[in-house]
Amino acid sequence: MIEIKNLHKSYEIGSSSLHVLKGIDFSVEDGELVAIMGSSGSGKSTLLNILGMLDTSDNGTYDLDKIRIANMNEKKAANYRNKFLGFVFQSFNLINYKNALENVALPLYYQGISRKDRQKTALNYLDKVGLKDWAEHLPSELSGGQKQRVAIARALASNPKVLLADEPTGALDSKTSMEVMALIQKINNEGKTILVVTHEHDIAKMCKRVVHLRDGVIVEDKKIKQNIIKNV
Amino acid sequence: MFNVERWKEIFQSIQKNKLRTALSGFTVSLGILIFIILFGLGEGLKNSYSDLFLNEANNVIFIYPGKTTKPYGGFKTNRQIELKNEDVDAIMDEFQESIEYLNPSLFVSEPIKYKLESYQFDINAVAPSNQQIEKHVLMKGRYINQKDIIEKNKVTTIGRLVARDIFKGEDPLGKFINLGSRAFKVVGVFQDTSGDTEENKLIIPYTTRQQILKGTDIIGTLAITFDQNIGGSGAVKLSNNVKSLLKKRKSIDPSDPSGIRVRNVADEIDRSLQFANALQIIITFVGIGTLIAGIIGISNIMVFIVKERTKELGIRKALGAEPNEIIKMILSESIFITTLSGFFGMILGIVVLNSLDSGALQDYFITRAGVDFGIAFFATIILIVFGVVAGYVPAKRAASIKPIVALRDE
Repeated sequence: MIEIKNLHKSYEIGSSSLHVLKGIDFSVEDGELVAIMGSSGSGKSTLLNILGMLDTSDNGTYDLDKIRIANMNEKKAANYRNKFLGFVFQSFNLINYKNALENVALPLYYQGISRKDRQKTALNYLDKVGLKDWAEHLPSELSGGQKQRVAIARALASNPKVLLADEPTGALDSKTSMEVMALIQKINNEGKTILVVTHEHDIAKMCKRVVHLRDGVIVEDKKIKQNIIKNV
Repeated sequence: MFNVERWKEIFQSIQKNKLRTALSGFTVSLGILIFIILFGLGEGLKNSYSDLFLNEANNVIFIYPGKTTKPYGGFKTNRQIELKNEDVDAIMDEFQESIEYLNPSLFVSEPIKYKLESYQFDINAVAPSNQQIEKHVLMKGRYINQKDIIEKNKVTTIGRLVARDIFKGEDPLGKFINLGSRAFKVVGVFQDTSGDTEENKLIIPYTTRQQILKGTDIIGTLAITFDQNIGGSGAVKLSNNVKSLLKKRKSIDPSDPSGIRVRNVADEIDRSLQFANALQIIITFVGIGTLIAGIIGISNIMVFIVKERTKELGIRKALGAEPNEIIKMILSESIFITTLSGFFGMILGIVVLNSLDSGALQDYFITRAGVDFGIAFFATIILIVFGVVAGYVPAKRAASIKPIVALRDE
């Protein structure tokens, strides 16, 4: 599903340059649930942003579902993001003047799907994350956990190949974190490939594979026994 | 270009962000409203000027004899100057090419009687060219003519209001009116669009009047109309030349400001038109300034709106919005708001202008305050176009920000 080779990325900070990713080789199979771990500054978010085509790499190759992602213009990148990728952010990133249903329906709008079909699909996904009854609520009327579940529903709405979650539980308490992770496990069990960036070991243990980053290189990459959440 | 789904998306954004919508709409409406009101009032000011100076022939020079204020050529000061027929002939001989008409006139004060009743009207003893100079329009009969001048006939052409008051519906032609002790035959009736003053006059030949005054050849004032082709500077030159000729003939000190006074209507109109033109320029500047202020206002708000929406735009891009889609969304929104509020402001401005009390405005020298619809429309379009241009720049920039940067914006 994901195949990257010798990926480099550096940022210009004033006159000096900060080398964030120093040659990453990494691949993800279909249906995996991967935790990308590392302390802050290890390059884990940068890696996720490049995988999500929100940012570009300096060097190396990236293939997503056997398609080479390189030198894309913004228009093409936008289309790929829309079709192949779903995002879950730490700060939810819901549009505050749209209700839950409209937020979930937004990726479908950019696919050119009619309003009626959008709403039907969006309602399905809201049902899936257990928020069907909250469809008409604005983000400001939802709790943190609910917001993140709306965000997950939105990420799933366009039926992407890969779900990318950047610290999805970073802004949540431990109980709500469990709920969100349980949802992620459920989606993964239905066959969706998911990458989760986190710095919490508890969260990482709920995944099937853990990749450790330190100073821009992968220092450990192993499959683990998944800590399956029950009865939340 | 027209896309129902996009417009639904835009309407939602407009409805859900009322403050933003109101702010930008208000700026545009206010800009065009102020423009139209200022421009309309300015037009009114200009109208007042042109109204004032369009009722007289504008190629006229009036010459008034007065009293000298300086001794000269053996004469004492404070001498009353009198113009005579021979002076008129001399002027005609000297400046034949530039002169169109000459109109010597005497003011007459005689009791007016018809069938034992007395009336109070002005009597002007003039030459036939008075008709052209004062723009008298004949209603019936004829104006006094050259034959009357030569034969010193006791005939009169009377104003419309004189005819109405004296004859009360009777046909005045052929009737006799007593001016002093002499009977004058009415030969015509004239009207004048400039107002009642002229229509309250009786016109008689000046030579007839001179004969009545025991054969005198003195005239009161002299009006000269000149050929329009000599232009403004030619007219000034002509009036100066006439003045110096008369001063020479009457032995008046060339530096005496009194004695002979000359009033050049063209000169006055020129000055008034210059003032009106200056006024027009000021109005135009004020108008352009108001428009520019409006454009700057819209630009600021567009920059503010795009800045405020950076994160939203980042989210939209992450979810798959193409840069073009972002630009179209922002621009459509701004076009919609500026067009709607622009025309609202325009209509409001026109309504306000029309509802202003014209009587009260007259006190401020403003006549028929109003703005040409074409100008109002054009200004509105300009504002909308610049609103779009002003929106395009930040929209383009927002669309080209990397989504990761836009998402970080708080």
